[in-house]
Amino acid sequence: MAEAVQTTRNQSSKTPIGARLRYYLPTILVAVGVLLVWELAVRVLNIQQFLLPKPSAILEAFVNEIRLFVTPGEGSILFQAAGATLWAAFGGFCLGCGAGVLVALITARWTIISEAAMPFAIAANSVPIIAFAPIMNNWFGTTNPASKMAIVAIIVFFPTMINTVRGLTLIDPRQLELMQSYAARPVKILLALRIPNALPYIFSALRVASALSVIGAVVAEFFGGQRAMLGVFITQEAASFNFVRAWTGIIMASIIGLSFYFVMLLLERWLMPWHVAFRNTD
Amino acid sequence: MTNGTTHAPVIYARNVNKIFKPSGAEPVIALQNINLTVQPGEFISLIGPSGCGKSTLLRLIGDLITPTTGELKVNNKEPHQARLDRDYGMVFQAATLYDWRTVSKNVQLPLEIMGYTPQERKARAQQMLELVELGKFGNHYPYQLSGGMQQRVAIARALAFEPSLLLMDEPFGALDEFTRERMNMELLSIWERTKITVMFVTHSIPEAVFLSNRVVVMSPRPGRITQVVDINLPYPRNFETREDPLFFQKVIEVREYLREAHEVEG
Ligand SMILES: Nc1ncnc2c1ncn2[C@@H]1O[C@H](COP(=O)(O)OP(=O)(O)O)[C@@H](O)[C@H]1O
Ligand SMILES: [Mg+2]
Repeated sequence: MAEAVQTTRNQSSKTPIGARLRYYLPTILVAVGVLLVWELAVRVLNIQQFLLPKPSAILEAFVNEIRLFVTPGEGSILFQAAGATLWAAFGGFCLGCGAGVLVALITARWTIISEAAMPFAIAANSVPIIAFAPIMNNWFGTTNPASKMAIVAIIVFFPTMINTVRGLTLIDPRQLELMQSYAARPVKILLALRIPNALPYIFSALRVASALSVIGAVVAEFFGGQRAMLGVFITQEAASFNFVRAWTGIIMASIIGLSFYFVMLLLERWLMPWHVAFRNTD
Repeated sequence: MTNGTTHAPVIYARNVNKIFKPSGAEPVIALQNINLTVQPGEFISLIGPSGCGKSTLLRLIGDLITPTTGELKVNNKEPHQARLDRDYGMVFQAATLYDWRTVSKNVQLPLEIMGYTPQERKARAQQMLELVELGKFGNHYPYQLSGGMQQRVAIARALAFEPSLLLMDEPFGALDEFTRERMNMELLSIWERTKITVMFVTHSIPEAVFLSNRVVVMSPRPGRITQVVDINLPYPRNFETREDPLFFQKVIEVREYLREAHEVEG
């Protein structure tokens, strides 16, 4: 997915709207096509709604939730749940990524430490950390949002730390020699070379982490939590055979995940106008 | 090989040896018994086949590596002290600009490190960019510039803090012939205006002859100096210099020495 988005950005920057639309057209057509086939299949094959609801029914339920959300005096449990999940994902993302960058900065200062720590970090990164969710529920309390935030923070910590260490240490030796030829101090080398060099690595980690944080939050909520959390919402609606409502939860989680991802993309683009992925080649 | 003068040379090398001992591989004698004295204001080219130690010699002078044995002085100081004193600017084959800095900010980098005020930095960067005819490109990013323009930025950056010595390692090696000849002219005019000493590594015999007042011919395995050729063509040099019979004669002479070095090697 990251690759696809990358090419899209290349093609779309500063091109006329018509060309941009033409570029996205196949994607839009595929999406519309899939939805049509889905809708038709459910109708023609007479699929039971608890197996697979019609997209039109899901959309209708979703629009209804939006209506409830914007009507004064009414409330939407779906939107309330979305808010709680977003908070857990965002809070965990900030804590985990912040700590990842910080630890990387500290360890990269002493190459020996980062070289010793990297294998552990890479190993930890391959562990299904989500399995610790019940433990976190135990530590922080099942209904305490901190238990979800903690899981998200741990999940995003490792990829962020690993990528940041790489960005701080994988440097063109000639660029280091240049600094050496100026007799630059280590602090200056860190600020003027290592950190800018690490930015693309950090942002690629943040993009991955943004998606992981929403997945982490929702799955952690499957293990229990307050009623108004997307993971809990989805499991409860599914358990009481309200599959259309369960699907609105899934759609909501997808919207949050995608928006988070695109915010990261925009931020990256804004902070790194020089970066190779954004260059206008035409 | 000395000019026999008494005032302090910019580079003074006596019996300098550099042996690399890569772990798990045979030691490499990168430089053997290097003797070279460079006077202020000289334009010296190092020429020789790949692996004869040209880059190693520049890196020794720049204190990016240290000699295994022998005596090496830069401006009458240890190379380490000369580096701390910012006595030299370095230009590599790749421009090695920082992608995330604008052209002007790239030129300002050494000035930042050396503690110039922001006003001084901006003014001087602009002045240097005008010297390499890129005065209008200060706000561009490196990727928006051609290879030749990027290399000129690297030269502006190396000159920005007015070092007395410019070390250039195949700076125009990646450029096309036409751009390279224009850059040669530009470099010579900068050299004549600034009176800087230049150590210039190249693979091109005409380029070495055209630019230098002395060409140092080197040969590999072990890396050593085999000849030093005086190029007594008058400065300022221009496009007519390339048609001077003496220019051709010197090109042939250097080529002969390079071939001899190869034949000796067998
Ligand atoms: N850091 C190093 N470690 C081991 N061998 C090296 C190193 N740097 C250079 N050499 C060897 O020293 C010799 C001279 O290299 P170099 O100075 O780069 O040659 P040139 O610039 O003339 O092509 C080569 O044989 C090269 O392989
Ligand atoms: Mg070389």
